Amino acid sequence: MTALRGVRVVELARPRIAFAGKLLADMGADVVLVEPPGGCPSRGYPPFVDDEPGTDRSLYWWHYNTSKRALVLDLDAADDLAAFLRLVDRADVLLESEPTTRLAQLGVDRGALRARNENLLHVAVTPYGRDDPRSDLPEVDLTILAAGGPPWSCGYDDHDLPPVRGWGNQGYHTACHFALMSILTGLLGRDSGGQFIDVSMAAACSVTTEAASYTHLVAGETVQRQTGRHAAVAPTGETQMRCGDGRYANTGVPPRRPEEFARLLAWLRESGLEAELPEAVFVEMGANWEGPFDLSLLGKDDTITAIFGAGRDAMRLLASRSSAQAFFVGCQRAGLAAGPVNAPEEAFEDEHFIARGFQVPVEHAELGRTLRYPGAPYLLPASPWAISRRAPTLDEHREEILAELLQP
Amino acid sequence: MLNTALGGIRICDFTGQLAGAGATKWLAAFGADVIRIEDPERQGRWDILRGNAPFKDERRGIDMGGAFNNHNVGKRGITLNVRTERGKELLAEIIKRCDAVTENFAAGVLERWGFGYERLKALKPDIVYVSNCGFGHTGPYAAFKTWGPIVQAVSGLTHTSALPDQPPAGWGYSYMDHTGGYYMAMAIMLALLHRRRTGEGQWVDLACTESALTLHGPALLNHVVNGRGTRSEGGLNSNRSQWQPMAPHGIYPCAGEDDWIALACRDDDDWQLLVSLIGAEAARADWRASAGRVADQDALDALIGGWCAQQDKFDLQARLRALPIPVAAVMKPAERIDGEHAVGGDALWPTVTHSAMGEVRVDGQPVRFSKTDWSYERAGPCLGEHTEAVLGELLGLSAADVANLRDEGVV
Repeated sequence: MTALRGVRVVELARPRIAFAGKLLADMGADVVLVEPPGGCPSRGYPPFVDDEPGTDRSLYWWHYNTSKRALVLDLDAADDLAAFLRLVDRADVLLESEPTTRLAQLGVDRGALRARNENLLHVAVTPYGRDDPRSDLPEVDLTILAAGGPPWSCGYDDHDLPPVRGWGNQGYHTACHFALMSILTGLLGRDSGGQFIDVSMAAACSVTTEAASYTHLVAGETVQRQTGRHAAVAPTGETQMRCGDGRYANTGVPPRRPEEFARLLAWLRESGLEAELPEAVFVEMGANWEGPFDLSLLGKDDTITAIFGAGRDAMRLLASRSSAQAFFVGCQRAGLAAGPVNAPEEAFEDEHFIARGFQVPVEHAELGRTLRYPGAPYLLPASPWAISRRAPTLDEHREEILAELLQP
Repeated sequence: MLNTALGGIRICDFTGQLAGAGATKWLAAFGADVIRIEDPERQGRWDILRGNAPFKDERRGIDMGGAFNNHNVGKRGITLNVRTERGKELLAEIIKRCDAVTENFAAGVLERWGFGYERLKALKPDIVYVSNCGFGHTGPYAAFKTWGPIVQAVSGLTHTSALPDQPPAGWGYSYMDHTGGYYMAMAIMLALLHRRRTGEGQWVDLACTESALTLHGPALLNHVVNGRGTRSEGGLNSNRSQWQPMAPHGIYPCAGEDDWIALACRDDDDWQLLVSLIGAEAARADWRASAGRVADQDALDALIGGWCAQQDKFDLQARLRALPIPVAAVMKPAERIDGEHAVGGDALWPTVTHSAMGEVRVDGQPVRFSKTDWSYERAGPCLGEHTEAVLGELLGLSAADVANLRDEGVV
């Protein structure tokens, strides 16, 4: 039994909301994707299977549209608009990202839709909110993120280098996460009937910047970007270390408790490296410290600052003598949080994720291939996440969906 | 009483930091009764944000943490010492009256307290239990610990945020604490929906690294299908387009102090619009088609960068919006929160009245519900602020009972 079985969703295809539809569909919702004539533009996005472009060959399309069914409807044509409305009449959720005036121009604005289906959760995910004219400006993931604030906090100590936007459509994803939370909230609160839910993509990114926002809100201060670690008001010590194999590891929050300094000291000694580190004496002081450190004195109290600096120096020395993966495992065995800076594909092939079943097979019968896909973001044993089918080919489910509309 | 979407749902909440607290913040904003349980002996310091900067008016203290307040608005807070037998008894009674138990401890902590899933189920057969930890409760790394930046490193998010010939830039904040919290909120609500339909509870094992790994879908399929990875000689430039052949696509310097602008040309039409502003030096024949621009991005970026560098970022944003092509100034916190270019209205940054800090602004929710919208009914709780109220309301304890418990070190 899937958590969203029986929940009917109509998604008006736009690349920026496809991930929300996928999250619903992989939890068992019946997501009907309505594409414009010619198909959603993301069918044309690289990469392609075997590098050959084609309407049904985009891996981008494949990923974002698993478990959905699809048909093409030209909403500017009366018959197709009528079919769309019949779909919405039966739906629990309409997920769309249309320009501000598009639905009104079609005569199907939020009021008209809810008048037809009073239980409809009508969810609009737009760059700045449904009624903000900035939502009609062209955008890409890069500009949504820049407007929302994340790149301000990301980059390098050297501020002659530009702020950095991370890959992966994370601006779109963040908006889709809020769309999902909103839809699930709306479904749990269905006693109130349907409603209109307005999700702003730039606002979603803007409340997903951690200290950048609340440091301004609470203290009126501005964080500054730093290489490979949190942006901060005052410079902090590095946490990203280059390892012996040329790869990097992240030490997150370096040792900050006496027992962590003790384990670090023990690891230094086991590795025979204590003599190479003059600062080891401060690591030892940290290990013998009584009670917790007052972290607010970091950078102010010389001893505490020296101890924390020595903790970093010890980590750096240990990192330089091992591979990123070995450093990670060594740190963790010593009770110190750390992680290798993996490429996504390296994480995908890591034994831990394989053991947890993260790689899931998806059949592409028309290609005669079964391919490994990324798996579940959460494990719900009683109502499991699953890819029920590969992404739809163009207009694949037209007859099936239109036939369902004729049923009472 | 306000009409809320999640009214009537009660959460026994052990979450902290951002990865957990962010999840139950959402639930509280929509009316769930989130009861946050903290350790009186350590003054709730397991959550390192409690009592840590930023501080309002530089006033310090265990109840003064600005981030803690930000992530815990709308919740009630009680103290309970689960090292004591009486504390365990009270916790059991609270759990019997809750719909869900939530935590983001390291794997196995709740089990060691004697409150693993089997015990929770014995107390409340249809309980929803959602644990959120870095690597999940199974697998070779289950015992390993993480923070947000480590989750980002392990899952590939750090590697894929970089400029060429530089170490990874990564994410300059805990993107995966936020996002892990979003997945945790989804998981709680999915399990509650399942329970509503079937009467069945469950334990959701959420591994933050796994949630993060789902955020690279096309790259992972490109690896599986085409055998192509994301490492290359010289490194990647994540300000450039990852998939569609868009150029220019980057972040360029502007005239002000650390001022930058992000812009992109999605196609040749966008490029022609941009050329109409830049003028002759951009009107090169070999840049007319997308393939030519993508192949020559270093030169293209140098030209665009030089052109932008003479201009005010908001003036330039206005001129490029008028074309229009995709553009956004890289917003500084003060710019996107306050002032004429702000991303949302004041409603996105509501003011709450905190019992110790006074009035303070917090992150709102970037959504509007036409009927059952979110609101923050209270600020983040001071340590044990609602102990008496909650134990009275849920378990019928009197003020004197609670005073005794306090003397005994139970609350």
